Amino acid sequence: MLSGGEMLIRALHDEGVDLIFGYPGGTALHIYDAIFQQDKVNHILVRHEQGATHAADGYARATGKPGVVLVTSGPGATNTITGIATAYMDSIPMIVISGQVTRNAIGSDAFQETDMVGVSRPIVKHSFLVQRPEDIPSVVKKAFHIATTGRPGPVVIDVPKDVTDPADKFPYEYPESVKLRSYSPPQKGHSGQIKKAVEILLSAKKPIIYAGGGVVQGEGSEELTQLTQALGYPITNTLMGLGAYPATDKQFLGMLGMHGTYEANMAMHESDVILAVGARFDDRVTNSDISKFCPNATILHIDIDPASISKTVTAHIPIVGPVKAVLKEMNEQVDTALSAIDADALERWWENIEHWRERNCLAVKSEGEVIKPQQVIQALYAVTEGDAYVTSDVGQHQMFAAQYYHFDKPRRWINSGGLGTMGFGLPAAMGVQLAYPDATVACVTGEGSIQMCIQELSTCKQCELPIKIVNINNEALGMVRQWQDMQYSGRHSHSTYADSLPDFVKLAEAYGHVGIRIEKLSELETKLAEAFAIKDKLVFIDVVVDQNEHVYPMAIRGGAMNEMFLSKTERT
Amino acid sequence: MRRIISMLMENEPGALSRVVGLFSQRNYNINSLTVAPTDDSTLSRLTVTTIGDDRKIEQIVKHLNKLVDVVKLVDLTEGSHLERELMLIKVKVNGAQRAEVMRLAEIFRGEIVDVTTSIYVVQLSGTSKKLDAFIAALEGVQVLEVVRTGVSGISRSDKVLSL
Ligand SMILES: Cc1ncc(C[n+]2csc(CCOP(=O)(O)OP(=O)(O)O)c2C)c(N)n1
Ligand SMILES: [Mg+2]
Repeated sequence: MLSGGEMLIRALHDEGVDLIFGYPGGTALHIYDAIFQQDKVNHILVRHEQGATHAADGYARATGKPGVVLVTSGPGATNTITGIATAYMDSIPMIVISGQVTRNAIGSDAFQETDMVGVSRPIVKHSFLVQRPEDIPSVVKKAFHIATTGRPGPVVIDVPKDVTDPADKFPYEYPESVKLRSYSPPQKGHSGQIKKAVEILLSAKKPIIYAGGGVVQGEGSEELTQLTQALGYPITNTLMGLGAYPATDKQFLGMLGMHGTYEANMAMHESDVILAVGARFDDRVTNSDISKFCPNATILHIDIDPASISKTVTAHIPIVGPVKAVLKEMNEQVDTALSAIDADALERWWENIEHWRERNCLAVKSEGEVIKPQQVIQALYAVTEGDAYVTSDVGQHQMFAAQYYHFDKPRRWINSGGLGTMGFGLPAAMGVQLAYPDATVACVTGEGSIQMCIQELSTCKQCELPIKIVNINNEALGMVRQWQDMQYSGRHSHSTYADSLPDFVKLAEAYGHVGIRIEKLSELETKLAEAFAIKDKLVFIDVVVDQNEHVYPMAIRGGAMNEMFLSKTERT
Repeated sequence: MRRIISMLMENEPGALSRVVGLFSQRNYNINSLTVAPTDDSTLSRLTVTTIGDDRKIEQIVKHLNKLVDVVKLVDLTEGSHLERELMLIKVKVNGAQRAEVMRLAEIFRGEIVDVTTSIYVVQLSGTSKKLDAFIAALEGVQVLEVVRTGVSGISRSDKVLSL
């Protein structure tokens, strides 16, 4: 016989959870007491509930397993909202368990009462308010099932305090399976559609494969790589898809979209067939005017979520299904039909692409000892031999990381793409480091973003997480300033704070970590290497960079994909 | 175009708010909405009328289908169907108007369900268009209150929305 609180923790264990992130408070105390009295589910105490959600999110992105969060009601619950929205936008499996006031107090404006199910409704895949203690095992089972299958996403379980009362005990049995009559995500794609898509793909003269985060989340990288290499077609990845295809391979054109490479965006625009896999034609890819998007392309779109298909750009051949299964089926068909490819046309297409590549849109010009932010990522790539887990915050540094760190494996690049949440990087890195204690985990951040969840430095100390924070310090909200330079005649409205920035080295030391500052290009790589050589400690690496650098290429607003600024003075 | 989307939904707390929330969250409009339990007590039948082009309706249908609480769904306007709405309308009637309103109600196959010396309550059912037409026909009559249930609908012939 177990209490509700005990059942909850036991159910998590039965679900295979060994790590949760949380922060206690009144309505969660019965649950915390249940945690105290067992040793199977490990709990990480964060310093802010937002940190718990991003940490669980980072853990989920790196491992593919759902991240689990436990918080109290009211402010504890509302503090998770940004993290839930972040996970929702990027389809990350996450379970957020929130305490709630007792059942009879719900609706009475009780102390620390918020309608968590209501507040979180638009940003969850589903939510539960536990009505009876006996329901806990089945609710947990359903929640994990919903969060991890189909298009994954966050699920909230709101648990009234009296439901977890240690005085009330119940027989416990964890259900082996769930069946929800109203929820059955597709297990495979429609074979007829797949066949049609393969035919079109093979007859293309200027094909391109455009792969997104769905390939990473759907574990389809291997199948995607196989298909791409069998076909010999060019491939581009979205910000969320980086690592889905090895970036160092010659068929890879780099990231596409707003800050995508010249060659990727040009190839998209000129293509006659686009195979979109686990990507959703986000406005950061298509640019704002859909009518100008890839005018000659027949679009084949594979996605697990029917609502992602033909939402913005109409798909000619929609295929609803898990990317892994669909790609596998495509591979089988392609393997026996490769002779159908027009080799001459493909060769001419590659000649075009090589010509675009020669523009070398990501070339970096050195200026004496001044460190360019791009050079920080190049140095990071060299020092970590391209094999780190890289989490990122949001801003210019994020785009530089995406452009200059070449991810060869999925789940290595961990960033908030859909919501663009500043403050994500450090807690996400905690989740990754806890999942993989021996891995090199770098958090690429900016002096703006890092201050949004800086308190987690204390969690890192408590857990002794040897994260390497690479703070690309341009003394400004760089991305905001870039837009102000480009669209507001350089009026820097509230985007700078140079005279009030903390001394990050001292700050790191105050939290018990190592802090170093790098100011000269000549010492960039050596000092970075020294920092990464410290295996047992968190190192905060504050890198002072050129403040005037912009991220290029940059899509021209309202233009087609072939319309880009390539530098402050050049455009297509 | 106007559409009537009808669905079977889990009869559970929060289900209705998820459906309604979806419409406001994605800026779809709801013209009318009706919901009530069915013969199966675990299910509610919800009917919503909305306006949008094909693309928008396709998105609405897809997103509704994604809601875990929505079990099954049909766009009734895609096939031949019946739609009914009930209206109670309270009008002020004096003198000659009394006979006139009674005659109108008869023509529209309505019923006068409450009468005082100066008030009629007319009950009328039919398509939304018919109810609109009745209100328009009351020109010159002082309308005090209009209460409409919103549209309920069902497919014609052997097409059935069930589990
Ligand atoms: C929580 C949040 N607030 C505001 C923004 C808008 N925003 C996008 S980038 C950016 C500047 C980020 O500055 P910093 O972290 O220093 O990165 P940099 O662009 O300088 O590399 C801001 C304010 C956001 N993405 N997230
Ligand atoms: Mg900055």
